Amino acid sequence: MVKYVLLALSLTLTACQHKPETSLYQRLGGESGVEHIVDGILYGIEHDQSIVHHFADTDIPRFRRLLIEQFCELSGGPCKYSGVSMQESHTGFQITQAHFDALVNHLITAMQQQKVSVEAQNELLAILAPMYKDVVYR
Amino acid sequence: MKKVLAALGFLLVSPYLMAGSKVIATGGATTIEGNSGGGIVPWATINGYSSSDEWSVNSFAGRVGVDDFTLDSLGVGASFNNQWELSFARQKFALDTIGGELRQDVLGVKYKVAGELLYTGLPQISIGAQFKKNRDFALPSAVGAGDDSGYEVYVAATKVFFDAIAGRNLLLNATIRSTDAHQTGLLGFGGEGVSRKLMFESSAVLLLNYNLALGTEFKQKPNQLGFADEQHWRDLFAAWFINKNASVVLGYVDLGDIAGLSDQTGFYLSLEGTW
Repeated sequence: MVKYVLLALSLTLTACQHKPETSLYQRLGGESGVEHIVDGILYGIEHDQSIVHHFADTDIPRFRRLLIEQFCELSGGPCKYSGVSMQESHTGFQITQAHFDALVNHLITAMQQQKVSVEAQNELLAILAPMYKDVVYR
Repeated sequence: MKKVLAALGFLLVSPYLMAGSKVIATGGATTIEGNSGGGIVPWATINGYSSSDEWSVNSFAGRVGVDDFTLDSLGVGASFNNQWELSFARQKFALDTIGGELRQDVLGVKYKVAGELLYTGLPQISIGAQFKKNRDFALPSAVGAGDDSGYEVYVAATKVFFDAIAGRNLLLNATIRSTDAHQTGLLGFGGEGVSRKLMFESSAVLLLNYNLALGTEFKQKPNQLGFADEQHWRDLFAAWFINKNASVVLGYVDLGDIAGLSDQTGFYLSLEGTW
C-alpha cells in the first residue's frame, strides 16, 4: 500500500518536473523582481525590533545596491557583486541564529509577496542557506 | 478534546501569537510520544519555534484508530534555544475488541548536539531519552512483561534538502533507538529473555510549500514478547502547518499485528498548538 502510494507520488512529481530553461534570475522576476525582493527584505528589517539595531550604522542605499548585486549574481543574472565577503561583512556583529532566522523569514515573505514560484524560492534558499556559517556567531 | 479544539479555534483567529523566530514547519510535528518528529518517529528537530535564546511551549492531542484498538495521546512540551526540548505525554490505548485499556506516561528530553536543519551540510543531530511508566500493568505482566517502567535513548539525524524533488524541499530523518519496550511500552518492558535492542526508524517528508507536507515513516520494532508477534510500524501522512501557532496531521497507519489481532491499519489525526 505504502509503496504504491509512494510510487504514484514520485511518478506524479516526476511528471510535473520539467527543468526550466530560464535562469533563476529570470524566474525571480529579473532586475525589477530582485529589486522588489530586496526592498521587501528591507521593509521587513525596518519593522523588526529584533534585528533592526544591527543596521543602525548601515548606509542603507549602499546596502540595498550590494544586496541586489549579490542576489542578481547568485541567481545567474548579469551582475557582479562588488562588496566584501559575507564573513567579513558580518564579523563582530554578534548575529545570532534568531537574527538569521528572522532575516530568512523576511526573505520568504518578500518572495511570497512577489509571487515567486515555490521552485524558484527554494532554489534561492538553497544558495543562501549555507551562508549561515559565515554570518552567525562570527 | 473539546478544550483542545476550542484552543485551536482561538489560535486560528489570532495568528502569530508569541511565535518564535524559526521558519514555519521547522519545529516538526509532535509524535504520539510527545516529542518533535513525524507521527511515530522522533526527529532531531526541537519542537516549536524558539530560536536562539527564545522559549516556546506546545500542546498536542492525537488519535490513532485501527481495526481493534484506539490510541489517544495528549501532551505538553517546552523548548529553549532551539536546543533543549522537554515533553510529557499521557497515552490511553483502548483495547476495543478485547476489552479494557492500557495507559502509559512518557516523559521525554531531547538535546541538539550538532548541525542545523536548514543551514549546515551536516544534518541536525540530537540525542534524546524517554522515561515511560505504565499506569495499567496487570495485562502486560500477565503476558510476560517484567517491568512496568523503562527508558529508551535515541539519536536522530535530520536534514532539509532544498529544491530536492520537483523544486520542493525534502526532509530526511534517521533515528536509532535503544529499547526493551513491548509495543512501545504499552505492553510493558523487559521480562524473561528480553534484552535491550537497537531499532532503526526513518522518515521522508516532501514539503509541497511552507504550509503543506506529505510524509512517510518506518519504525522498526523488537518483537520480544513471546505471547504474540509485534511488527514494524509504517505510516503515510499529510501535515498542514496553518501558521506558527497551529498544525494538523492526518495519516494512514499500518501497525501490523497487535496482541494476536492481525493487520491493524487505520487513521491517525493529531492537532498541535505552539506558542
